[in-house]
Order: sequence, then structure tokens, then C-alpha cells
Amino acid sequence: MAKQIPLVDYLVLGDHPHLVAHECTTCRARYFDRRNACASCGQTAFTTVDLPTEGEVRAFTIVAFAAPGIPTPFVAAMVDCGGTSVRANLINVPPDPEHVSLGMQVRLATEVVGTDDEGTEAIGFGFEPREG
Amino acid sequence: MASDDLWILGIHMTKFGKHPDKDMVDLASEAVLGALADGGVTMADMGVIAAGSLMAASAGIGQQLQKQLGQTGVPVYNVANACATGATALRVAMMAIKSGEADFGLAFGVEKLAGAGLLTGGSRKDDSGVFTPSGRYGAVAPIDGRIGTEIMPGVFAQIGMEYGHRYGGTSFELFARISEKNHAHSTLNPLAAYSKRMTLEEIMGDFMVAYPNTRPMCSANCDGAAAAVVVSGAKLRTLSLEQQRRAVKVSASVLTTDPWEESCQILPDVNTLTRNAATTAYEQAGIGPSDLDLVELHDCFATAELVHYDNLMLCEQGGAVDFFESGATWRDGAMPVNVSGGLESKGHPIGATGIANVWEVTTHLRGEAGPRQIEGATVGLTHVIGLGSACGVHILEKSAA
Repeated sequence: MAKQIPLVDYLVLGDHPHLVAHECTTCRARYFDRRNACASCGQTAFTTVDLPTEGEVRAFTIVAFAAPGIPTPFVAAMVDCGGTSVRANLINVPPDPEHVSLGMQVRLATEVVGTDDEGTEAIGFGFEPREG
Repeated sequence: MASDDLWILGIHMTKFGKHPDKDMVDLASEAVLGALADGGVTMADMGVIAAGSLMAASAGIGQQLQKQLGQTGVPVYNVANACATGATALRVAMMAIKSGEADFGLAFGVEKLAGAGLLTGGSRKDDSGVFTPSGRYGAVAPIDGRIGTEIMPGVFAQIGMEYGHRYGGTSFELFARISEKNHAHSTLNPLAAYSKRMTLEEIMGDFMVAYPNTRPMCSANCDGAAAAVVVSGAKLRTLSLEQQRRAVKVSASVLTTDPWEESCQILPDVNTLTRNAATTAYEQAGIGPSDLDLVELHDCFATAELVHYDNLMLCEQGGAVDFFESGATWRDGAMPVNVSGGLESKGHPIGATGIANVWEVTTHLRGEAGPRQIEGATVGLTHVIGLGSACGVHILEKSAA
């Protein structure tokens, strides 16, 4: 099997892929990027927390026009994972308004987004519809 | 007029659209000379200059203007603040007057964006040869299009959709009808970049950029400039009765940024800072939303206009869809919004926008708006928002003189 690397450092691969966030130990605000301090309360101590892999679509758009090299159309969305908002594409679903809806229940899924010169695969994530 | 009041003495905007034969200094000069003439003053009277341009602030566009119109030696502040650049420049001039450092201030905004295409998310780097984590997300490859979208039509589409998720009632057609209104309004505005009425079918059937925003539901990139001369109440009292009669009072001038909210670093929160700015502005002016005769708000996309009805408290919380459905925001409705045609048809030369909307309201308050005059207008509000984020709100009142 090819060597794999996550597209971003807040995606944890393995048997149970999931997202992690930096959580402020004072006010519990959560972030995905490298932090200098908490934008909510100003404190500087963070802990790492696992996010639920299931969520609800709070907003989406179907992007039909994007930078060269980006396949279109695709669905960009904000997903509420147990109270933590996540930016992601919706995948494994036709990118049209008949198949994507506000309030849709979704779950995390991974996919290969590219392979580098050494054969390493970059693994990205998205959310797919949750059956039933 | 109280000594510490602020007044718009002169104001001007160029036609928005394509100006291939004019550079930014030409456009800014036209706006500034127009504003000075409108106010009956000259460059020599200006005690401070605030120059707004997202693309040219770092190139010293303020000093470039002085090199053409008058090197008077006064301080120049070159300002960039995303799509709130023009409103920010106006506030800088006002703060200088408020502080007592100047009696007259000049603010202008200018941009050349005709044919600019996507301003963010318009290009993406190629994947590197060997995946190596870098940046604040430890990304091994560019993430635009892989983890959501960076294009503005897509970001603001989600902002409108999120409102629909929270309160219900939104649809592609509803958002398209907001655009239909603004394109209808633009037919009365000779300075608009696009002044053609569009049917709902034409709008919905046009090129889809980011569902539910089709091309005519997006702000129009274009060239343009706007400028304003601001004066203190104390100084205005020494000017002619005609200048005092045409001066428009700045009852509120507010700039806010986005306070932290749970999802604000995932999808920009344009709601809280707009509501905060509006609340402060209504307090400063001592009026409420029901006192407004017209509103020019930041319809950078049709999906954005809807949420700002609510954020500016033009309707009750959660009631923006019903408010629009009532017809209130058409020019013959109870609360005319974007009678200029808005950013979707008038155009959005970013640095100019936050002064051009003040020009629009000022022109109505002076009773000089011609065929698109809102009869008897005495109070109006302007609003811009720049992602990042910054929100500027101004409330303007007709002179009592």
C-alpha cells in the first residue's frame, strides 16, 4: 500500500479517520489552525480534542466556477459536528440542489486528493450523506 | 448646528463601469474635483486627506492624487480595509476633524477592477513535487476546492443559505428576486455600470457561479471613484447659507470588526459585526430603523442583501424573508433598499463603494436625485462590509437650514 499523508494536520488517518481541534483550556473555543492565542479569551493554553465524525449541513454552495485546476462543480459546506463547525466539501453525492440540502445528516469520509513524486498519497476529507 | 457635529459639505462619484482610457489617478481626480466644487472649497482648504484603495493604498494613491491636484503638505492616510475601504477612509477624515486636528477633511476611494474576475480564489498553486506540511493547517497541498471554497460568491452563498437553515423560507428564486429588484432600480441610475432591467427568468437562467448566486446576482467588478469633503459644525457655521443648506449631517459614523463567534473562522460571520455597528449607529443618531427613508446596504451578492435586512434591524429577527416578500425594499415600498441598483448593478469598485453609497443617500436628502428621488427623504443609512471582517455604517440626515 502506498505511503499516505493527511492533506492537513487536523485530519488523523488510521482505522478510524477523524478530525482534531485545538481547544482553549480556559473558554473551550476550538480552532483548526496553528494558534498564537485564543481569539475568544486571549489565553494561550490549548489541548487537542477529537471531533465527532457525524454532523449536519448548516450551509452549502455548489461552486461552478473556480480557479483553474479545481474540478467543478463541487459542493462546499459548513458542517456542524456536535457543536463544532467544520469547513469541508460534501462528497459521494451528486453536486446539485436535488441531492444536497440544508439540515442534511452527513458523516466524515476520506479520499485520495493527489500523489507526489515519491508515490505518497495525500488523503483529504469530506462529508458524505448518512443513510437512514 | 452643534460645533462638534460632522457634515458632508461636498460629494461626488464618477460613473461606474469601464474606463479603459483613465487610470486610478484620473478617476480619483475627477471624483475629488467634483466633491470640492460641490462643496465650494479647494484643495488648499483641506486639513487632512484619507485615500482609500484596496489595490493602490500601498502605492501611496493619496500622494499620487496630490501630485496632480495640489501638494499642500497636509497629512495623507492611505487606507485599505477590504470592501469597507471607502467607509474607513471617510471615518479617518471624520476622526481627524473630531480630534480637532482639521476643520475640513477630504476622503476619496478609487479602484480599477473592470474584468478582474474572481478577486480571491481565482488561482491555485500547483501541488508540490514532494508533499510537505506547511502553513497554519500543516497542509501538504493547496486546500481551496478541496476543503470548501475561497471564492466570494461561494462564501456569501453559504452566508445566505445559513440564514435559510436557521429561519427557513429561502430558495434560489427568492435570492434571484432580490437581484431582480436591484437590477430594476438601476434603470433609473445613469451612473450605474449596468442599468438594464432583467427578468427573473434571465437572472435564474444566467451563468451559475456558486449556487444559488448566478452572475447577475454577484457584485459587478468595475472602475470608479467617489470622494467627499467633510466639515465640522463649527466651520460650517462660517460658510454661506447655500453651503449650509446643502450640507448633510453625519448623525452616526461607526466601524466594527467581527467579535469571536463559534463558527466565525469557518464561515465568516458578517452578522454580528453588522448588528453591532447598526446598534451603535442608531444610538449615536438617536433614531431607530423605522425612521429611515432609504438604505444603501452591501449587496455584494443577492444572498448577502437578505441577511443584512435582519442585521440592520430593518425587520424583526428571523423575518428577512417575509420582509422582502412584503415588497418593503422596492423603491415604492416602506423601506427602499439599494435604489441606486446596489453593487449587483451599480457596480463595486471596492475602495469607492463606501463613499459612493454616502453620495447616493446624500443626493436623495438634498432632493437632487432626479427621476429616482425618494420623495421627502430626510434620513438614510449606508452600510458596507469587508471580509476579514470590517463593517462601516453611516446615518445621514437632511440639513435643517
